[in-house]
Amino acid sequence: MSTPRISERLPVDREHALFLLREMLRIRRFEEKAAEMYSLQKIRGFLHLYIGEEATGVGAMQAFTPEDAIVATYREHGHALARGIPTGSLMAEMFGRATGCSHGHGGSMHFFDKSRRFYGGYAIVGGGLPIAVGLALADKLQKRPAVTTCFFGDGAVAEGEFHESMNLAALWKLPVVFLCENNLYAMGTALARHQAQTDISLKAESYGVASSAMDGMDVLAVEAAARQAADFVRGGNGPYLLELRTYRFRAHSMADPDLYRTKQEIEEWKKRDPILLFQSQLREWKLLTDTDAARIEAEVTAEIDEAVRFAEAGPWEPVEQLLNDVQGRVAS
Amino acid sequence: MTYREAVRAALRKALQSDPRVFLMGEDVGRYGGAFAVSHGLLEEFGAERIRDTPLSESTFVGAGIGAALGGMRPIVEIMTVNFSLLALDQIVNNAATIRHMSGGQFNVPLVVRMATGGGRQLAAQHSHSLEGWYAHVPGIKVLTPATVPDAYGMLLAALREPDPVFIFEHATLYPLEGEMEEDTGLMDITQAAVRRPGRDVTLITYGGSLGKTMEAASLLAKDGIEAEVIDLRSLRPLDTPTILDSVARTHRAVVVDEAWRTGSFAAEISTQIMEKAFDELDAPVLRVCSEEVPMPYAKHLEEAALPQVNGIVGAAKRIVS
Repeated sequence: MSTPRISERLPVDREHALFLLREMLRIRRFEEKAAEMYSLQKIRGFLHLYIGEEATGVGAMQAFTPEDAIVATYREHGHALARGIPTGSLMAEMFGRATGCSHGHGGSMHFFDKSRRFYGGYAIVGGGLPIAVGLALADKLQKRPAVTTCFFGDGAVAEGEFHESMNLAALWKLPVVFLCENNLYAMGTALARHQAQTDISLKAESYGVASSAMDGMDVLAVEAAARQAADFVRGGNGPYLLELRTYRFRAHSMADPDLYRTKQEIEEWKKRDPILLFQSQLREWKLLTDTDAARIEAEVTAEIDEAVRFAEAGPWEPVEQLLNDVQGRVAS
Repeated sequence: MTYREAVRAALRKALQSDPRVFLMGEDVGRYGGAFAVSHGLLEEFGAERIRDTPLSESTFVGAGIGAALGGMRPIVEIMTVNFSLLALDQIVNNAATIRHMSGGQFNVPLVVRMATGGGRQLAAQHSHSLEGWYAHVPGIKVLTPATVPDAYGMLLAALREPDPVFIFEHATLYPLEGEMEEDTGLMDITQAAVRRPGRDVTLITYGGSLGKTMEAASLLAKDGIEAEVIDLRSLRPLDTPTILDSVARTHRAVVVDEAWRTGSFAAEISTQIMEKAFDELDAPVLRVCSEEVPMPYAKHLEEAALPQVNGIVGAAKRIVS
């Protein structure tokens, strides 16, 4: 598959460049810490790491305002961090604490944050797309200028809900940015082993959804493409599908022995590590010094360490409250 | 007024009084509803609020969830309960879980209506009674209006709920004529109703089986057996106290449920009575359910598969004598 490159770079200023780098590093270090906490059995259940895909979440999130809505997947740590959900509340969620962003009810796969219009991580592949369509419908009916963005992977394009959602969003001209993070594998099945047509943006076009594909390892290219997509949608032109071509460096989850791809393939992709790639770009452009790099690294490490302390200190929800959040009360 | 007109009147009232309410589903607009429930509403309220959808049950139910999260009060119509299985992922994995999974941050005020039940010779893909499956799931409410006032009032009450409510309208009820008071408005949806008082046996039913059960009670009365008929109205939450109160007086119970017997909601009711009123019982709780067969087309076979009045009478007599 050929990977299109953006031809014209964003005129990126130093402050923004360092911000993007820092955001990607926050995710990388958070995920590394999560893996460590998993091996210490502080985190249990499924844990799907975002390492390798940092540029897609960070770049894409720059295109959305606090008024916009986000719908994510079970590999959503990067989306949540890039959306600004406090690191400690995310770590605490994975520790199962009441101070977690979902009060310990969701764990790694189900981060939610109402104040940031983060409508959750969904763990049934494709299940978030119809919800994004509905959120966009609600915004449109209430004449709010917001857009909804929905992250999903290449595996989701095999689900009926992908096709139904493309059709409905296009039919009703809804303000949705569909963000397909194509990491080439639906768990352990390569795209070409489960799709007759491997060009995802082509599928969208057949439903009348405007679309494009972009190198998902280049954070500036992702940001530019996401801004274009979001502007298109904000202009009342209906939905847009942006396919971001990326790769996860770790296994599907901590339970995955990763037997379905070669070490060589992984090593090839690691040469395009989005963080290393961006760092060397910035050094080339003289936007990043060794001092900057060391400072950012130290600040990020401190933030993640503090998140672990916050998680450790968090209380457990009392068992007496087990049934509290099943149903609400009718307002009088 | 018919049951169909009562549902339509409730839809109209909801659409008039709350700008957040809209209706979507297959053929609800231009066609007027597969059961003609929404006939005329497109002309009255326009295409923004009466939305025809593609045949995409999973996505239009999921879009209902999203719209509810986004501040609307969607009413989603699914043509029949058999079709709702295409949306089961959205209903069970999303609608029912989001409040809990989000630690109570989000709620999904979604109302989903659908037709259920057999008796119209529509064979094995349009005739089943699967509401008991839905009643298995915490996080949603399951209503089964059986009368004209309930068809109206329960829909309006459902729209005030902060969480997903599923309303099962038995398809044979749509032409049912009934009286409705002028001031029928909001009603309680958590309580069962005693539709006929009696002292000898409690007949517990809901939805499309209420009529047959009332007829059976009349026949039993001719033989000197006074049956009390309980219309559950809501399967989740279940009004267990009303059931137990009645059984404490009659000491006998028959559950009438159009769903299949195995793993049925009738089994749940029977178990609740056994667990909570064992000492009150003078006889085993009996169940009158559908036969264990996909619904046949031929009239005589369908009748044989569904609970019938004589079966209810027979079951009651077996434990009363």
